Amino acid sequence: MPAPIRLRELIRTIRTARTQAEEREMIQKECAAIRSSFREEDNTYRCRNVAKLLYMHMLGYPAHFGQLECLKLIASQKFTDKRIGYLGAMLLLDERQDVHLLMTNCIKNDLNHSTQYVQGLALCTLGCMGSSEMCRDLAGEVEKLLKTSNSYLRKKAALCAVHVIRKVPELMEMFLPATKNLLSEKNHGVLHTSVVLLTEMCERSPDMLAHFRKLVPQLVRILKNLIMSGYSPEHDVSGISDPFLQVRILRLLRILGKSDDDSSEAMNDILAQVATNTETSKNVGNAILYETVLTIMDIKSESGLRVLAINILGRFLLNNDKNIRYVALTSLLKTVQTDHNAVQRHRSTIVDCLKDLDVSIKRRAMELSFALVNGNNIRGMMKELLYFLDSCDPEFKADCASGVFLAAEKYAPSKRWHIDTIMRVLTTAGSYVRDDSVPNLIQLITNSVEMHAYTVQRLYKALLDDISQQPLVQVASWCIGEYGDLLVSGQCEEEEPIQVTEDEVLDVLEGLLVSNLSTPVTRGYALTAIMKLSTRFSSVNRIKKVVSIYGSSIDVELQQRAVEYNALFKKYDHMRPALLERMPIMEKTATNGPTEIVQTNGETEPSVVESKHPPPVTQPTNQANDLLDLLGGNDVVPVIQTTMPTKPASAGGELLDLLGDLSLSGIPPMTAYNKNGLKIDFTFERANPNPNIAVITIHASNSTEADMTDFVFQAAVPKTFQLQLLSPSSNVVPALNQGTVTQVIRVLNPQKQQLRMRIKLTYTLKGSAVQDLAEVNNFPPQSWQ
Amino acid sequence: MIRFLLLFSRQGKLRLQKWFTPLTDREKKKVIRDMTMLVLPRPPRSSNFVQWRDLKIVYKRYASLYFCAGLEQHDNELLALEVLHRYVELLDKYFGNVCELDIIFNFEKAYFILDEFLMGGEILETSKLAVGATMEEADTLQETMEEYMSKPAY
Repeated sequence: MPAPIRLRELIRTIRTARTQAEEREMIQKECAAIRSSFREEDNTYRCRNVAKLLYMHMLGYPAHFGQLECLKLIASQKFTDKRIGYLGAMLLLDERQDVHLLMTNCIKNDLNHSTQYVQGLALCTLGCMGSSEMCRDLAGEVEKLLKTSNSYLRKKAALCAVHVIRKVPELMEMFLPATKNLLSEKNHGVLHTSVVLLTEMCERSPDMLAHFRKLVPQLVRILKNLIMSGYSPEHDVSGISDPFLQVRILRLLRILGKSDDDSSEAMNDILAQVATNTETSKNVGNAILYETVLTIMDIKSESGLRVLAINILGRFLLNNDKNIRYVALTSLLKTVQTDHNAVQRHRSTIVDCLKDLDVSIKRRAMELSFALVNGNNIRGMMKELLYFLDSCDPEFKADCASGVFLAAEKYAPSKRWHIDTIMRVLTTAGSYVRDDSVPNLIQLITNSVEMHAYTVQRLYKALLDDISQQPLVQVASWCIGEYGDLLVSGQCEEEEPIQVTEDEVLDVLEGLLVSNLSTPVTRGYALTAIMKLSTRFSSVNRIKKVVSIYGSSIDVELQQRAVEYNALFKKYDHMRPALLERMPIMEKTATNGPTEIVQTNGETEPSVVESKHPPPVTQPTNQANDLLDLLGGNDVVPVIQTTMPTKPASAGGELLDLLGDLSLSGIPPMTAYNKNGLKIDFTFERANPNPNIAVITIHASNSTEADMTDFVFQAAVPKTFQLQLLSPSSNVVPALNQGTVTQVIRVLNPQKQQLRMRIKLTYTLKGSAVQDLAEVNNFPPQSWQ
Repeated sequence: MIRFLLLFSRQGKLRLQKWFTPLTDREKKKVIRDMTMLVLPRPPRSSNFVQWRDLKIVYKRYASLYFCAGLEQHDNELLALEVLHRYVELLDKYFGNVCELDIIFNFEKAYFILDEFLMGGEILETSKLAVGATMEEADTLQETMEEYMSKPAY
């Protein structure tokens, strides 16, 4: 059997392959040869074969059949074998395979080997990929090596200990004695790894942190020596002595000085010294300055030092080097909350970064700009941000639009400015705004009563220009539906009123209905708007015609609306004016999360036009519908995840726990639903021991004369909750309140947010299927706090 | 800590992969794919930092090779650039004017050098001379004269 080909020979051969197929063929051939060689237990060439296997593995081919061979290599006496064996183990094995445990014994032996390089291999492998079991078994050996005087082994043992602690935190204590004189070492490798070890311990345990605070003076001294010492060829990087060690020490000082006055005071001087003396012409100096700034901002430094730090960041912002600008923006973002005024001083530089060509920098600058917006600078900042919105890449538009809306809402100097800003966003980035901004905007517009005429006029003009951006079109249709009368009567005070006839308006709305650019949702908006105009315009016949045409539309949504509106014309014409009357001022339920528009006039709607809810609500309802339909069937499946669209809570704070008191007993029951004879009550209790879980029992009762059969109750909750539905007591709700169906719902509410729920009920009554959706919003505060 | 270090060519071919956290083969392949797609299309004058999932990605191009490291949130990106540079210097010292071919044909040596410089995602040795000396001594332990002379050992 000829000797297997050499590694570099193989590499050369594979590189000559011209196609993927050719390469695969070569590899398969070689793998077959290697496999048979392994089967023959060939000791001489095992090393060579595993090395080749590792090369092929890097190309992406499977190499698992070499795992055991790596173990054999590790167990060999030859250094070459061990080197390749350990490398193979690190590349091919990980803690998921049971095979890796077989290494433990070999590593243990090698940790006690007479040659330090073998010991080094073992430490390295353990420190890179040792599993928790291995770490537990070998921690004692590592601890022993941590106390050796051999600096080569000591530094490796230190990082190995770091890995052990990361895997098995409970073992941290056993390394404590060995750390006693780690910092007195002269060897930089040992010093560096010791600082890493100390940092890891301090980060994980407050006790360790307190214990190691006494090292602050020693660390300061070491850092001082590094800065003051002359040129040292061994550790020099562009004129700076061992920057890696300097940065690590600064980081440890940061952890030790945080929330501790004495330690912070002890390091003030050295921090000022590093901040002022470090050479900034090269990246390495800036790396140290960067770490220094982070440390100054985190400890209890005196104000002079903090100002120095922010000024360094300000200088970074003006640096030509993009990396430094990026890092400055990131740091400023972190400090903007605590040192707001200081950061404000650099606002113009930050805004200039919006125009940078680099994508990463633009994003950071955008985030920081939004953080800096306040009541004083809103007009100027918004100008810049809107300009940015105009010209930025699509990946930014959604976030920027949301940011603009939020900022405008918080700091708008006037209603007109607010509406103008929104208009600008809708016209420039209209297709990128988030879905829930449409209901938000509608609410805003409704509540700005004096601006109705101006708003509808501007929106109308925008529609004439462009009907492709759906959120804009939806808001515009809604407004025209509501305020069309103001539009045609030319009542606008804010700007020159335009002359528009009723027919022109209806032309535009009908155009939306037929256009290919309109989504089904938009069409729904348009149809409802047309309907509303029947009480505001005089051309009722035209509207009647349009509505009846869509009674046979393929789109089920449109069809249903049209049919119901038709019915409104034919049978319930007397109710029409009342139903289509102007919307009242809407109350906001929460500034974050899906905006639920709650009617405050308490009007009850006749069941015929049940689905003629204000259009803004249909969007979230449709999505919840889709979810609930996925549950399907009559079996109640435990609902684990729900997908009601929720905006992540940003600056938040509205959901304050005003009551505070977590009394668990006596949460009052509530009626969640009561319609058409079906009444559903909720009773509450808290699950022990987890106070974040609310256990709700529903009680369904039926006051009609017939039983409700095939009763199914389903529920959906916003994204931040988790819901579990257990099996119901029965599927039949007996008539005349003779009995109840009960079912248990468990709701996990880790963020203690206000509990809201959408429920879907289906049942059969007197032979016909009934289905209903409802919102449950009236949960008592104690059930979710 | 550094979570991973990848070296790949301008065509996206992997030349070295060092993982400091346990990942499945599938996850590793995904990360490699994501990194190449993230880094390769970037215009030449961009910053060397990109945010990806919860990690900071630091990359630098040296001739035909991209060096790409994934850092945790509290790591210093500017220093990471120095770490990448130091590794290149170590390779350069060892191979004498290193080029991509050296790393292709001697990938195991590239790993050995890396293992004397970094461990568990942290810097092990800050002195260039120390790493160089260690490599030389360890090489002398290779069993045959042929291997020591860094002729193809395998």
